[in-house]
Amino acid sequence: MKKRIILRFKRSTIDKPIVYKLVKDYNLIFNILRANISPKAESMMVMEIEGTEQNFKKGIKYLKDLNIDMESIEQDIRRDELKCVHCGVCTSVCAPDALHIADRKSMKVEFDYERCVACELCVKVCPVKAMSVFFD
Amino acid sequence: MKTIEEINEKIKKGKVVVVTAEEMIDITKKKGTKKAAQYVDVVTTGTFGPMCSSGMFVNVGHSKPRIKIGGGKCSLNDVPAYCGIAAVDLYIGATASPDDDPRNTVYPGAFKYGGGHVIEDFVNGKDIRLVATAYGTDCYPRKKIETYINKNTVNEAYLYNPRNSYQNYNVAVNVSDKMIHTYMGSLKPNMNNASYSSAGQLSPLLKDPKYRTIGIGTRIFLGGTVGYVSWNGTQHNPSALRSPDGLPRAGAGTLAVTGNAKEMNGGFLKGASFVGYGATMFVGLGIPIPILDEEMAYFTSRSDEDFWAQVVDYSHDYPERIPKSLCEVTYAQLKSGKININGKEVPTYPISSYSKAQEIASILKEWISVGSFLLSSPVAPLPGIDAGIKMNTLEER
Repeated sequence: MKKRIILRFKRSTIDKPIVYKLVKDYNLIFNILRANISPKAESMMVMEIEGTEQNFKKGIKYLKDLNIDMESIEQDIRRDELKCVHCGVCTSVCAPDALHIADRKSMKVEFDYERCVACELCVKVCPVKAMSVFFD
Repeated sequence: MKTIEEINEKIKKGKVVVVTAEEMIDITKKKGTKKAAQYVDVVTTGTFGPMCSSGMFVNVGHSKPRIKIGGGKCSLNDVPAYCGIAAVDLYIGATASPDDDPRNTVYPGAFKYGGGHVIEDFVNGKDIRLVATAYGTDCYPRKKIETYINKNTVNEAYLYNPRNSYQNYNVAVNVSDKMIHTYMGSLKPNMNNASYSSAGQLSPLLKDPKYRTIGIGTRIFLGGTVGYVSWNGTQHNPSALRSPDGLPRAGAGTLAVTGNAKEMNGGFLKGASFVGYGATMFVGLGIPIPILDEEMAYFTSRSDEDFWAQVVDYSHDYPERIPKSLCEVTYAQLKSGKININGKEVPTYPISSYSKAQEIASILKEWISVGSFLLSSPVAPLPGIDAGIKMNTLEER
């Protein structure tokens, strides 16, 4: 199974090598989508975790035991296909290239949702407001 | 070799050979310009980009009792409209922002709703709130009105865009060490991206670089319906830098265009917001080019490799009006996704939609092939390369 989760941890847990443990002890594949780690305040990390259901559960238990708050990601970036004019402005700010022009003949902007890290920069720059944050 | 009248006869008989500018490139590669000129009658073009110098005239009709909005104040959906003309004639410009929009006070501003959005809502048939105040006269006693208008309640509503369809444009970069927000989009510091805004090989005026067939009165595609070229556009600069064969290598000619806004649709007129810059409007525009002779076949078959544009710094040179180009690049390079600026590889991004431009060229091709759109001879030419036009600047005195 594969899930995107938001981890929030206190100052006391920021020194724990949690990602290493998830990989080493529970054989989980991880992808850090966003992270904001600070010794001064509460830290957060958005991760995509993939593995067998059993390992996934074990990994989550490990995180819970460390007192890390978890919530599954409810925030999605979506594109309104009726509004998008395929101008290309969003492609300049999309760091993971989720929004990109693959076909250089039609120059259409493709949205590869799997690569999206929900940074919301496209929402800000889209001239026709085709990109929006969606809450499940 | 061929006249517009002869081509129109072919259109009426359903025998016209009409192709898009993209198709013309391939046809000419195979047949050569001479045979292509004999075979093809019309080449269609298209462009879809943010065009700030756009707006709409509306006559809202007379209220009872009457009000002279002219000389007073008015707004459409809280966006101020110009009413320094007759009693109930208004002009809403694409870049107008509501008086209470924070603009760039919290930088960079979002400019979520402006004149371009009003026009888009209007052509989509939505109700638009009209608020107007006036000083009252004997013949127009009323001093205030608040009501709704839409495209069925008003008399005339026509787009009048003083400058559209730029013949080529700058490529924008930012050489400073701070992010900047411009009408060419958000430009990353240290030249880490470059934006451009032209349909290149599909762009109308690039395909008739010497204005041989496009002139005042030319029938065009505008905002999803039929429109006309009404004049040369503002800042029309035929004297701009050109290649030996006449292709402009920088922003050159422009068009003033008009058309019935009631017949237009939001698919080809779209309100737009540029972060930190302002509100504007995407305009869809296409022009058919009659292939009168071999020279027109040559021009219409030039491709992205043949069109050059100037790379300009928007952090210092552009704002300070310094006429400097960092280098020249082709649209083929720009469309590949990266360009080389003095040894540095820079990712590019477009701000005008090429796929929409393709769509417009195809629609225009369809209109002509089914006989619903005839070509027109210009009533008068646009000022040409030899007109001796030079751009004036604004000096303080």
